[in-house]
Amino acid sequence: MIASDVKLVYQRPLGFEERGTHYCPGCTHGVAHRLIAEVLEEMGELGHTIGVAPVGCAVFAYNYFAFDFVEAPHGRAPAMATGIKRSLPDRMVFTYQGDGDLASIGMGEIVAAAARGEQITTIFINNTNYGMTGGQMAPTTLPGQVTTSSPHGRDVERQGYPIRTAEMLATLEGAAYVVRRSLHDAKNIRLAKKALRTAFEVQKQGLGFSMVELLSTCPTNWGMTPADARVWLAEHMLPYYPVGDFKVSNAISFEKQGGN
Amino acid sequence: MARELIKGNVAVAEAAVRAGLVSYFGYPITPQTELLEYLSARMPELGRAFVQAESELGAINMVYGAACTGRRTMTSSSSPGVSLMQEGLSYIACTELPVVVVNVVRGGPGLGNIAPSQGDYNQATRGGGHGEYHQLVLAPSSVQEAVDLTTLAFDLAEKYRTIVMILMDGSLGQMMEPAELPPFQPIKTEVPDWAVNGESGREKRVLTSINIDPPAQERTNIRLMTRWQEIEANEVRYKGYSLEDAEYVVIGYGTAGRIALSAVREAREKGIKVGLLRPVTVAPFPVKAIDALVPGTKAFLVVEMNNGQMLEDVRLVVSGRKPIAFYGRMGGMVPYPDDVLREIEALASGQISFDEHPRERWLAQMRAEFGTGA
Repeated sequence: MIASDVKLVYQRPLGFEERGTHYCPGCTHGVAHRLIAEVLEEMGELGHTIGVAPVGCAVFAYNYFAFDFVEAPHGRAPAMATGIKRSLPDRMVFTYQGDGDLASIGMGEIVAAAARGEQITTIFINNTNYGMTGGQMAPTTLPGQVTTSSPHGRDVERQGYPIRTAEMLATLEGAAYVVRRSLHDAKNIRLAKKALRTAFEVQKQGLGFSMVELLSTCPTNWGMTPADARVWLAEHMLPYYPVGDFKVSNAISFEKQGGN
Repeated sequence: MARELIKGNVAVAEAAVRAGLVSYFGYPITPQTELLEYLSARMPELGRAFVQAESELGAINMVYGAACTGRRTMTSSSSPGVSLMQEGLSYIACTELPVVVVNVVRGGPGLGNIAPSQGDYNQATRGGGHGEYHQLVLAPSSVQEAVDLTTLAFDLAEKYRTIVMILMDGSLGQMMEPAELPPFQPIKTEVPDWAVNGESGREKRVLTSINIDPPAQERTNIRLMTRWQEIEANEVRYKGYSLEDAEYVVIGYGTAGRIALSAVREAREKGIKVGLLRPVTVAPFPVKAIDALVPGTKAFLVVEMNNGQMLEDVRLVVSGRKPIAFYGRMGGMVPYPDDVLREIEALASGQISFDEHPRERWLAQMRAEFGTGA
């Protein structure tokens, strides 16, 4: 028996299916998924949205969301989203992509979509490695970071430096809103949600391409506990990948988005 | 409607517009580019979607996304570009989506050249991308036929939820001929019950090509194969010319078929009883039609603008019951009717030995005439 003065403070978002997670313990994909579902619900967009899943750990993202989804070839989500958005311009269309998918094999597609000012939103998960295939070096792997394909640590002399994707895409005129946030603690998760809201509002208002890069943890492939992974993110990723707003079009008049 | 003088690439583009094309995505490549250029003006004029993609990879995946919405979409390219599209085509096939692709084939392999060729026959008729799937392949031999097959392509793609490729070549794409364009069809408003269109008030829909559970993938493949059998049973198309009393039968498609027809007519004037079978669908291949000709035919001649790719399909049907000769040109070279006539005459006069694979005799002849290039 629930007392009448009990207030419901937390429940499954309407945009979520009822199912258990296949993500590893401590992985922040679940947090990112939840933020997207909450934002779309709050905007009243659940009934108008089409998501585009990537190849990577989030290949099954559509199992969690309770609205229409397609699943793209590796890296091609922005192209697929373009085809959907151009066919159905009044729908909310977003891609959800990891760093191997977006910043390596799909770099051409994301740059072109941003340059065209494609009216789509991209959620970019940066966890510095290829998660699904077991933790290989990604374009985002930090200098010296050990992965299964950089066993002695990323050697920048031979393997180059990691790509700061958000900063790079922010140089494009077609990009209206490009920011980086982090999912390593509660404060940053709240800021990430605000940024996602702005990104989807940008699409709704037709202002251009929008992207939120989310720094994420991968405890399994990093070989850490979930708690240690959060500390590692803060200590190692934040200095190289600072949270911040890299492109905020003048047309965006929403309340200021706090980055740092 | 009156006939007008129109270039093949432009005719196909306008025919697609009139078939109710909602979106087009492409990338410039010779000898297909006029198709893209024409639609870059025409589609926006009608309030429809046109995107010049960043690459053929981009273009085919835009088509993939657009097809998921259940609205008519297409792309066009030429050989190297179509190779790039194979990844997307395999995904599209597995997701069971209606998509129309135009391949204005050029000389290859590699960068090759921009001259007409049929070198992509195997890629087109065997699926092309990874995994097991089929696509319907229509092979016009004139601008008018390209127009008519474009209209048909959209209907077949939707009927079977399949890829339909219009397999042209550089000469068909670039050639101007009189053709009559079809009337305008309205853009379809009904949404297929599988389309992902972000609608509320129904179960969510997901379109994907992943079946992580092998039994589920096998079931999908069985469904694809069953649908292909249906297509084989119902959609074979070909044209026969002077076949009624023919003792010799030439088989050729597209531009090679058209050139062969000129040669057949000349041979008829010389009293040789020869006819032509021109496959219009090269996939599904007109197996029964060719099989029915075997008893009454003394020998076959296959003519292609490649190294004998359809030849293997003909050999499968004829199965050693009758001799087969082959004549082809490669790398963007186009045979003359006189070349084909010479082959018909050799065939009819019994000069051709049939003891070896038809490609051996042809290749020896090519080496003797043009050298090995080594």
